[in-house]
Amino acid sequence: MKTEDMIKEITRISGGNPAKCMKCGKCSGACPAYDEMDYHPHQFVNMVLDGRIEELAGSKGIWNCLSCFACLERCPRSVEPARIIEAVRVVTLRKAGANHLKPDDIPARLDDDIPQQAITSAMRKYAK
Amino acid sequence: MQRIGVFVCWCGSNIAATVDVEAVADALSKEPGVVFATNYQYMCSKSGQDMIREKIKELGLTGVVICSCSPRMHEATFRKTCESAGLNPYMVEIANIREQVSWVHKDKAVGTEKAIILGRAAIAKVQLNTPLIAGQTPVTKRALVIGGGIAGIQTALDIADAGFPVDIVEKNPTIGGKMAQLDKTFPTLDCAACILTPKMVDAGQNENIRILSYSEIEDVKGYIGNFDVKIRRKARYVDEEKCTGCGTCMEKCPMKKVPNEFNMGLDNRTAIYIPFAQAVPKVATIDANYCLKLNTGKCGICSKVCLADAVDYEQKDEILEEKYGAIVVATGFNPISLEKFDEFAYSQSPDVVSSLEFERLMNAAGPTGGTLLRPSDKTHPHTIVFVQCVGSRCDASAEKGKEYCSKICCMYTAKHAMLTREKYPDTEVYVFYIDVRTPGKGFDEFYRRAVEQYNVHYIKGMVGKVVPEGGKLKVQASDLLDNRQIHIDADMVVLAAAIEPDKSARPLATKLTASMDTNDFFTEAHPKLRPVESPTAGIFLSGTCQGPKDIPETVAQAGAAASKVISLLVKDNLVGNPCVAKPDELMCNGCSSCEKVCPYGAITYEDKPFRGPNRTTLIRRVAVVNPAVCQGCGACTVACPSGAMDLLGFSNRQIMAEVDAICK
Repeated sequence: MKTEDMIKEITRISGGNPAKCMKCGKCSGACPAYDEMDYHPHQFVNMVLDGRIEELAGSKGIWNCLSCFACLERCPRSVEPARIIEAVRVVTLRKAGANHLKPDDIPARLDDDIPQQAITSAMRKYAK
Repeated sequence: MQRIGVFVCWCGSNIAATVDVEAVADALSKEPGVVFATNYQYMCSKSGQDMIREKIKELGLTGVVICSCSPRMHEATFRKTCESAGLNPYMVEIANIREQVSWVHKDKAVGTEKAIILGRAAIAKVQLNTPLIAGQTPVTKRALVIGGGIAGIQTALDIADAGFPVDIVEKNPTIGGKMAQLDKTFPTLDCAACILTPKMVDAGQNENIRILSYSEIEDVKGYIGNFDVKIRRKARYVDEEKCTGCGTCMEKCPMKKVPNEFNMGLDNRTAIYIPFAQAVPKVATIDANYCLKLNTGKCGICSKVCLADAVDYEQKDEILEEKYGAIVVATGFNPISLEKFDEFAYSQSPDVVSSLEFERLMNAAGPTGGTLLRPSDKTHPHTIVFVQCVGSRCDASAEKGKEYCSKICCMYTAKHAMLTREKYPDTEVYVFYIDVRTPGKGFDEFYRRAVEQYNVHYIKGMVGKVVPEGGKLKVQASDLLDNRQIHIDADMVVLAAAIEPDKSARPLATKLTASMDTNDFFTEAHPKLRPVESPTAGIFLSGTCQGPKDIPETVAQAGAAASKVISLLVKDNLVGNPCVAKPDELMCNGCSSCEKVCPYGAITYEDKPFRGPNRTTLIRRVAVVNPAVCQGCGACTVACPSGAMDLLGFSNRQIMAEVDAICK
């Protein structure tokens, strides 16, 4: 996928809009898992906007995000960093082969190695 | 048949780049009644206007069509041009081929075709135009200023200085507004009270100014030059004429637990009160919500101790009816409520304060006598965190906050930080900023002084959360330039709350039929060229009711509004708009539909005798329009079921002729 398409795809999945960011850093000020991550919430947004998605998807930090939505809740610009990072995770998971996970498959796939966030993401994805 | 001249403007390349002006002039020259058509680079220039004048005289034109920019831009210009050549100004029509054609179309062929069609419509209308003559109405040489803050005071002083009487209507017991609550003012650090209170006294003593404090606007009728305003004088239960402002009643009042709004609720006042020592008028007011006498019938101490016999528990609201020629809105602002900003613990800790509260905590006349103490335990704070942009610059879809920049917060935060470090050098001061915006005279120098001279820690980032814990405020924030999250144990947190228009502004705008934007700021007639006038004639804007601004800007705008008012009040008569509604009495069936829809109260009904068959006389109820009040909005012409109502200059026939020409 081309970088431009990837930005569009992540923006579409997330329902957020990285272009609305005014770089205030409130997301990173709010994040309880800040020190667990190599890239921080405000960087997620900027990296997606910049098209540095491969780099972001390759980082371990995105799996350490708690999906607590504190950044989303406090973002004054409705950028919704939590949704953006979740979209990056979704794209990464799909790419890894588990394309279009079916909700019925989830229980069978549960094991201790699956990151909690992946399950949460999958559940939320199919919640609608 | 009219003899019509058509003048097509290029507007430089604004029109000519997307419209073939030559072809437009050529096509329109073939329309019926057109005796001349041409195109020119700038029709509004002196040479363009001269050409129009020449052609009117040379060819005896009876109607003129200008294909140019929006009539909002230059209709008045071209009407004047034609009038000077002896043509009635209402024989001029504008076809808007700029905003409606060249600026919205890219394809030249499409643009040219549309320009021709719009030109044709204007020609069809001119065919039916009749000369109109504007009536004149006298001007009431008196102004009303709504709001008694620095904006209202300055406007009133300037109008009064020109010799016209002014009334200031202020909803609070005293004039002074927000500026009276401030400690020092940026960037010069003059004491707000020292520069404001002399102006308040001037206003109070000026023989041309009458201050109607503790009063509100009840109703506004009329139009530019002739407003009829009802003012509610709220019962203050004290005779203003008798009260000497001695303050004995305040000392003796047993109800001492009323939150003091002047100090932002940081301390208490009595039920009978004078808001602050320099209040104008210096008259006591009884707060009816808290007064024991008014609520329980028992007490009456203030009445007993008053040597002037000024207390009157029986006082009632009074309605004052006054006439004014001009109205100035100066309703000001308030900081937004911070209750929705839970992340900063504003509702959880008294040590998290808004900037205006901090202002009172620093003020010598404030609740702590000017010593900076934490509201919770009255101890000196050693670490203070300032958070900027709280509720400003938020996304429209965010659930809280405002979209705009509140403009004054960067500077007052720098001021607070600097003053804190000046008075208490042992205090660490942190300011979290998104951008520091200092576009004003001496502003950036001021901010740099805070950083360089006073060692205020400016951190690019935002506070994410504040948690009160063990007497401290745990502040978690981002430092974006250092790419790290920081934790500060603060003693106080000060939030630079966004500002919003006063809540009284929206209902007032409805009474004035003055327009507002989505944020409830009053809109100006033109954002650049008419910044102190409302689009509603005779209504002027002063201060923050129009948008966030600091004191120097407010004072400048107040003076500008005053000068506009003065230039209106010096006129003995105003030329009205002749494009007003006119009923056809023979068709009117007296149904009152038009009267009901008229937003200006211009339509009344009267019983009129008409000749019936066989020399009988019939009395019929028919609509009558007051042309001085009618604004020509056309609502009545649409509402009239019998088609009796028509708008001069925009008659149904003229509009239909335009539509026909477009659909041809």
